[in-house]
Amino acid sequence: MIAPPKPDLVTVNIDGKEIAVPKGTNVIEAARLVNVDVPHYCYHPKLTIVGNCRMCLIEMGMPAVDPATKAPIIDPVTGKPKINWIPRPQIGCGTNVSPGLHVKTTSPMVKDAREGVMEFLLINHPLDCPICDQAGECKLQEQSTGYGRGYSRFVEQKNVKPKRTQLGPRVTLDDERCILCSRCIRFSKEIAKDDVLGFVDRGSYSTLTCFPGKQLANNYSLNTVDICPVGALTSTDFRFKMRVWFLKQTNSIDTETSVGANTVVWSREGQIYRLTPRRNDDVNDTWMPDSGRELFKSVMSADRLAATTHLDARVAQAAELFNLNASAGSIAVVGSGRSSVEEQFLTKKLAAALKASTQLVSRVGQGDQLLISADRNPNVRGALVTGLISKLPKIGDAPAASRSANGDAAVPIRTGGLTDLAASIDAGKVKVVVSIGEDLVAAGLTAAQLAKVSVVYLGTHANTSSAAAKIVFPTLSVFEKNGTFVNQQFRLQKFAKAVPGPQGATDDLIVLAKLTAAASSAAMASDLGSLWKLISAEVPAFATTSYAQLPETGILIDATPFAALPFVEGETLHYKPAAPAVALTP
Amino acid sequence: MNLKPATLHSIDEVITHYPVKRSATLPLLHLIQEDVGYLPPETCEWVAAKLELQPINVLEVITFYPMFRQKPIGRRHIKVCRTLSCALLGGYKTCEQFEKEFNTHRGEVSPGGEVTIDFVECLASCGTAPVVLIDDDLHEKVDCAKAKQLSDQIKAEAKKR
Repeated sequence: MIAPPKPDLVTVNIDGKEIAVPKGTNVIEAARLVNVDVPHYCYHPKLTIVGNCRMCLIEMGMPAVDPATKAPIIDPVTGKPKINWIPRPQIGCGTNVSPGLHVKTTSPMVKDAREGVMEFLLINHPLDCPICDQAGECKLQEQSTGYGRGYSRFVEQKNVKPKRTQLGPRVTLDDERCILCSRCIRFSKEIAKDDVLGFVDRGSYSTLTCFPGKQLANNYSLNTVDICPVGALTSTDFRFKMRVWFLKQTNSIDTETSVGANTVVWSREGQIYRLTPRRNDDVNDTWMPDSGRELFKSVMSADRLAATTHLDARVAQAAELFNLNASAGSIAVVGSGRSSVEEQFLTKKLAAALKASTQLVSRVGQGDQLLISADRNPNVRGALVTGLISKLPKIGDAPAASRSANGDAAVPIRTGGLTDLAASIDAGKVKVVVSIGEDLVAAGLTAAQLAKVSVVYLGTHANTSSAAAKIVFPTLSVFEKNGTFVNQQFRLQKFAKAVPGPQGATDDLIVLAKLTAAASSAAMASDLGSLWKLISAEVPAFATTSYAQLPETGILIDATPFAALPFVEGETLHYKPAAPAVALTP
Repeated sequence: MNLKPATLHSIDEVITHYPVKRSATLPLLHLIQEDVGYLPPETCEWVAAKLELQPINVLEVITFYPMFRQKPIGRRHIKVCRTLSCALLGGYKTCEQFEKEFNTHRGEVSPGGEVTIDFVECLASCGTAPVVLIDDDLHEKVDCAKAKQLSDQIKAEAKKR
């Protein structure tokens, strides 16, 4: 890898601490580097700076220089350079560092300024924290504890503004709580490119609104809820469901596309309540699509598969089936780009033990150049790296209408890639198909072809393949297990178990390990620790990697062996395809 | 939007005055209000399309300035000054006189749609208080008697039409 060019560094002094920061950094970010918190509402690191909340006021000064000689003036008392302090506070977000800049964030003037700003912000803010969804993660609440007066001098009537406005299908607005920071407006305009929000009226009548007749309905609308520093914008889905301080946070990955947006799963007592984005400046910044936030709902759905017989009995049944079809090529393994790297590694082992052909199901849709890529499988590159497949799966030709997560217009996703398998089944060569969570009918096999073979199905939800399968192994969803994915940048990222799996479901790794053991009569590891030792030993790209040492933001792995492959993805937020994306023929 | 050809011409002309089209928002709104008398609801979309903006950007501007009207007004617009000098010298009485003459209330359109009376802030003629602005003409030292005289004049002109 080429080392990034060293940025120009500027030395600044924050609360007496000297620090060198890159040119162009503002005071809030510089202070963060020396662990000094500058409170702020309107500033967001990924949005433009407007400086309209005035919360980040700081005191700043520059070293004094002699006007004639340009030499620094030394204070005779302390022997240090004299600092000319600006007599009025400045906003930290809009002040970029310059050489020798001195900043005070704890002086009496700064404290006064913060208290004054807080008092004005709280004038019209309703005191409904006990019923407000933001309570517990509210910046206004936190900072009124830090800088508020504790009592109010305001004897006038508070403003009355619209409560419970439906801004769109997923966002509810309480205008009285809004502190007019304009983060949501800037997000809609700059990131989502859907400029529908704005402030109407003036002064204390200012009201956040959507343009009459329009809706905040884009697939990124829930990010406005995340960045709202108060409880004004709330998720219609999560509203009044759970207090945030009861929820356990688990790091996870958005599985809907190959972008692999980093997420946090919020759960309590085995139930997931919401998904939010997790900051990763190399992948998804601080955003995630709305469609990805609804994926957890399938965890509790009624069509989850559950086993009625013992796992070992079903493994023995499968072993029998494998023995009957021991000749090479009579078993086919359909792997999945939705499986984790570890599962794909074991799938490869299983296929090798069964002398089976391997194929992957492709899912291709329209990318949105942000966080939805054309490849709707989260881990196709994992299958390449582990060697489960050597070339990319063929793109399906029949766009099957799929149910989009938010219930809007269905997004057609082409599922396919099994044409070779279909031909082998028709030729009578393949007798058994092992499917790793892939619905073979949705992927292009006909019901007649499915009837010709015995299907061994590992999966989470009931579908045509599981119904037709001879042996079914109910497995776990991404929220119920640990593992890793390789995203479109060849970044290895890990996800963790947030909730326990349902009764009767077994970890995919255990099922795959047992099946491999049954097929090859040699024990196979199924826990991540020992599995990764095997993976590191066998997969060159992972030679120096281990699951335990993988950072939360992931690591880039060597992608050079796959550089020439025609990946389907176009450009997304932090990904530029090496080769032009494959054109989709209708 | 049903604008006069002259207005459309001035709109196209005024856009060229600015380095970015967005800056022409305010002049365009003024021109439309001059032409139509108020800003009809379709103004936002029309101006946004003209200036390559989003409608919400125009709505923000319209609602920010109280002098942009989103509802129609009467044929004549009577603005009575309510600020200190005029208030001390009987501006309130003048306003009430106008209201009585036209049987209406401030901020409303009189029956028949002839006038709208507004009680406004300083008209910048404190030396000749109380003052009244009828459309674009300033009338000075308007006491109740003069208010009645002006009202009669307006009514007479209305009858002629």
